[in-house]
Amino acid sequence: MERFRRAASGRTGMVVALAFVLLVIVVAAVLKGVGATQLLSLFIRGVLLGGTLALGAIGVTLVFSVLKMANFAHGDTMTLGAYLGLVVVTLLPKGAPLAPFSFGYEFIVALLVVIPAVGLITFGLDQLAFRPLRARRSPAIMFAMAALGLAFGIRSLVYIFWGADFTFFYTGRARPAVELFAGIRVRPDQFFILGLAIVLIVGVYLLLERTKIGKAMRATADNSDLARLSGIDTKRVILWTWLIGGGLAAAGGMLYGLDVQLRPEMGWWLLLPLFASVILGSLGNAYGALAGAFVIGIVWQMSGAFINPVYSQGIAFLVMIIVLLVRPEGLFGGKK
Amino acid sequence: MTALHLAKSALLAVPLWLLISSLLRFKPSWLRHLASLAAGFGVAALATLAMPPGILSYVTTFILVACIYAVLSVGLNVQWGYTGLFNIGIAAFYAIGAFTSALVTTKMPTGINASFTKQLFGLGLPFWVGVLAAGLVAGVLAWLVGKPTLKLRDDYLAIATIGIAELVRLFFQNERWLANGPQPLRGIPQPLSCLVGDGCSWLPGFVNSFFAPLAPRDYPYVYVAIVALVLYLIYRVLERAIRSPWGRALRAVREEEASAAMNGKDVAAFRMQAFVVGAVIMGLGGALYAHYVVSIDYSHFDPLYGTFLVWVMLMLGGSGNNRGAILGAFVVWAIWSGTSFVVDAIRPTLAAISPSLPARGPYLRLLFISVLLVFIVLYRPKGIVPEEKVVSLDRDT
Repeated sequence: MERFRRAASGRTGMVVALAFVLLVIVVAAVLKGVGATQLLSLFIRGVLLGGTLALGAIGVTLVFSVLKMANFAHGDTMTLGAYLGLVVVTLLPKGAPLAPFSFGYEFIVALLVVIPAVGLITFGLDQLAFRPLRARRSPAIMFAMAALGLAFGIRSLVYIFWGADFTFFYTGRARPAVELFAGIRVRPDQFFILGLAIVLIVGVYLLLERTKIGKAMRATADNSDLARLSGIDTKRVILWTWLIGGGLAAAGGMLYGLDVQLRPEMGWWLLLPLFASVILGSLGNAYGALAGAFVIGIVWQMSGAFINPVYSQGIAFLVMIIVLLVRPEGLFGGKK
Repeated sequence: MTALHLAKSALLAVPLWLLISSLLRFKPSWLRHLASLAAGFGVAALATLAMPPGILSYVTTFILVACIYAVLSVGLNVQWGYTGLFNIGIAAFYAIGAFTSALVTTKMPTGINASFTKQLFGLGLPFWVGVLAAGLVAGVLAWLVGKPTLKLRDDYLAIATIGIAELVRLFFQNERWLANGPQPLRGIPQPLSCLVGDGCSWLPGFVNSFFAPLAPRDYPYVYVAIVALVLYLIYRVLERAIRSPWGRALRAVREEEASAAMNGKDVAAFRMQAFVVGAVIMGLGGALYAHYVVSIDYSHFDPLYGTFLVWVMLMLGGSGNNRGAILGAFVVWAIWSGTSFVVDAIRPTLAAISPSLPARGPYLRLLFISVLLVFIVLYRPKGIVPEEKVVSLDRDT
């Protein structure tokens, strides 16, 4: 029994558990008479969704590892990014769609403007709300509560400036899907989304692994007191953490808005899958968050084959609970 | 003073009596209660005579809703204030309590209504059965959520409770067979509503004739007395509990988990107990709400009204202090209702800035409340009424 327990809570056990979840989904879908083509196309859409989720999840996990706080405002940061992007897109003169995509050059400009802007905004909010708490060495949970206040504050601003209705970057523009192969249809935009997500993620990888500031960030994540003693400028580390975390969140929000729609609640609804991805891939582990995001994205989309898609969030929740039961430290976490 | 004034004052005297008697501190307690009952009735009579009926009924409804929020806030206080459990899914327990009580107390729709209202069951049982069932179901839900999460880091519980609150709301939104899905579940019975109608057959005649001047629209006067009594009972039980060894153990778990465990306290069990007890109280709050509004649907239990406001109430009032929790509920509800007048007053200014702005005025209040929470966390984390350091000296139990 003890051996069984240990095996189940190991990394292999967890992979087996996840594979089992996927198997259950496929079997349930087949029993319901869903064809292989549709399952495959749901799988592909899951991978695409995973890319967007990963942009948010990396920020959550980075902020967690460097600043030791669960940032419940991260979802709403994504919302803010999407809506600021909408402002830029609306202000710029409309260009022709960059075929085969549905958006014009102005969306690219918006991305370039909004990513650093939101990074700076999140750093500013950090200086206002979290720095005093750090100076006081407040318990971690007070950071989470301040973040909750910020989350609702950001959302109320979105409501005030843009109203409660959903909207699109390009209202009324057709977004045709093209056939990929064997009857699997995907919108070209979705490839742009996945491609950009991969580019940004690789960029963050290089930043963390190859640059001095990346090294400093990893050192601070490891032991912030020791890092400060060794002469690392922790203020700069914090600035970069928010620039990367907030910037990626803004990109994720804009891409999600391009793929689905913009809603003031979108970020709040993404918060659960984001944290599910992060917990699945071990809190504080950027590559784990990446893997977790793809797992959650795939499970989320594929579960839509046999249950009402409104409960997809529930599937993300279920995966998280399984992880918490089987291996709370996540896929890539070491045993404590 | 007419018979109507008298009936209203008698009902309003109940919350005032309970308030005054919990503020006073002398013995014997029968004398304290007698004195506060008299004082409460006096204040209620003065208010009834001095205020125009419209204002009086606004104030009554205000007290009523604030008392329901106070129940939620006191429930959260058991979880966060005493034990340090970060539950951001109050709405889950609030909603499940409300729907449980509604299903237990309504009758199964018949005839033409059956095609409009779908519900899994309708037992037609009395109010108090519904309220108890609400607490029970909310407690079971809390146990299910707590089992995988309470042993882990605090943030895991937080994110799991966010999830369960969203799921409970989605479930009641989409499952028509359970509680009429996206449509409201109507006709939730109101306890003692016979007092404002044709009279209650089981009550002696003079009681009925005393309350006879009340019209059905005066029902909030009756319900405010009931809600205040329930809140008072919960408050007394919790005050007793926090002064007991159980309450001290909860605070020990919150402050120094390791040393609580070293002293032989089963930390996991205490956390689970606090989580379940808090959730039961939130479920009771949901039931009280359902019987007040008569018709409920999923949208009443969104994260703003169901969770966020309650957090601001507890943090502002003072976590770890039941009086603070109740005071916070009243203060924040006053701010929330008061700012709606402010938004109405500046409507022309808003319209001058942008034509779509007045309709979005309510979100200005949300912004204000969010900033308020951040300010409390930063500058006054102990709230208006800080926690008492020593609770177990024999003073007023």
